[in-house]
Amino acid sequence: MYSFEFEKPSTVAEAVAALGAEEAQALGGGQTLIPTLKQRLAAPAKLVSLSGIAEMKGVCVEDDGSLAIGGGTTHATVAREAADKYPALAELASHIGDPAVRNRGTIGGSLANNDPSACYPAAVLGSGATIRTNARDIAADDFFQGMFTTALSDAEIITSVRFPVPQAANYQKFLQPASRFALVGVFVARYADGVRVAVTGASEDGVFRWGEAEQALSREFRPDAVMGLRINPMNMIGDLHGSKEYRAHLVGVLTRRAVAAAG
Amino acid sequence: MTQVSMTVNGKSVSGDVEGRTLLSSFLRDHLSLTGTHVGCDTGQCGACVVHVDGEAVKSCNMLALEADGAEVGTIEGQANADGSLNVIQQAFQDHHGLQCGFCTPGMVMSAAALLKDNPRPTETEIREYLEGNICRCTGYHNIVKAIMAASGQDVGAIAAE
Repeated sequence: MYSFEFEKPSTVAEAVAALGAEEAQALGGGQTLIPTLKQRLAAPAKLVSLSGIAEMKGVCVEDDGSLAIGGGTTHATVAREAADKYPALAELASHIGDPAVRNRGTIGGSLANNDPSACYPAAVLGSGATIRTNARDIAADDFFQGMFTTALSDAEIITSVRFPVPQAANYQKFLQPASRFALVGVFVARYADGVRVAVTGASEDGVFRWGEAEQALSREFRPDAVMGLRINPMNMIGDLHGSKEYRAHLVGVLTRRAVAAAG
Repeated sequence: MTQVSMTVNGKSVSGDVEGRTLLSSFLRDHLSLTGTHVGCDTGQCGACVVHVDGEAVKSCNMLALEADGAEVGTIEGQANADGSLNVIQQAFQDHHGLQCGFCTPGMVMSAAALLKDNPRPTETEIREYLEGNICRCTGYHNIVKAIMAASGQDVGAIAAE
């Protein structure tokens, strides 16, 4: 790792001020950023830890029934505390990485990084969640802007994420066993006004909504409804773990499994 | 350099570290607690697992300054007060849960974290909990047996597999 200055503020306002410095970078749980620093793929002059900010931690139900999760909340806490309110989300959180990673990694860190194979982006896009930052609210549909790219500006911090709780939902992760990321992951959520389907791990453009499947499932919420649909493999990720065609095929299979499991 | 203070295995310690100093480096290089092993240094192998405020974390994936003020537990703090092996360590010995021993500190610390939250885990729960701990010798079988035994459960079913 290159050398950097370290700061650990205790409020969002202090963190935003600290991030105003030249070449400053926010540190969530560090489960991606620290390995990245070790590889010398990033060289911030200052690292601003968000782990000391109490107001960014925890899970609670809002007045409108949506589930609010602080940006600094670990995957382990979401797995535990969201279990009765939004089981599909808690289940997703409980299978990110491994137990020690889940004790450090945070939802805000995962979303800000927007790894094309991460699990949380699928839940956030699939739920039509709202990302709240120190400056504004960003709809999930506007937040994810391609691989490792988001709508966040440099000194902007994800303070919380608000999930409308669906009538039924499920996440199917086809595990890439070495990295423990999703080779492909599909999140399906059924709301009163329609079904949302979000796919991670598959596209060169990062997480995306599968519009055709959403329309078909909104008409009829059963696995057969998407049986005839195909994803174009053109923009899929192709690597030694799976070809473009294989990933495109998995999207269909996992969507059907998710619908069957959501019931 | 910044001063960092924490409690390690019940003792107050402090030292001057850089921002980039990892918790694993602080434990090994500053405190000479070399029981915490650094295997992959990428957060995947789990040899460096320690407890921070009671939770299992990968110490090579956490900055020392992030542990300022924390209660840290390492393999050196696992033995009983009289120096004898604790229940988990003894079970690893009894069931031959190690060969080269490199992964063992992380395995024992993960097992301790699991049993604290889940005193009688199933075989599946043990295997799932060890997903972030890699062992290249044992094939995991005897490690799972050891943890079953440490939780006071019958290991017969695993032995027969």
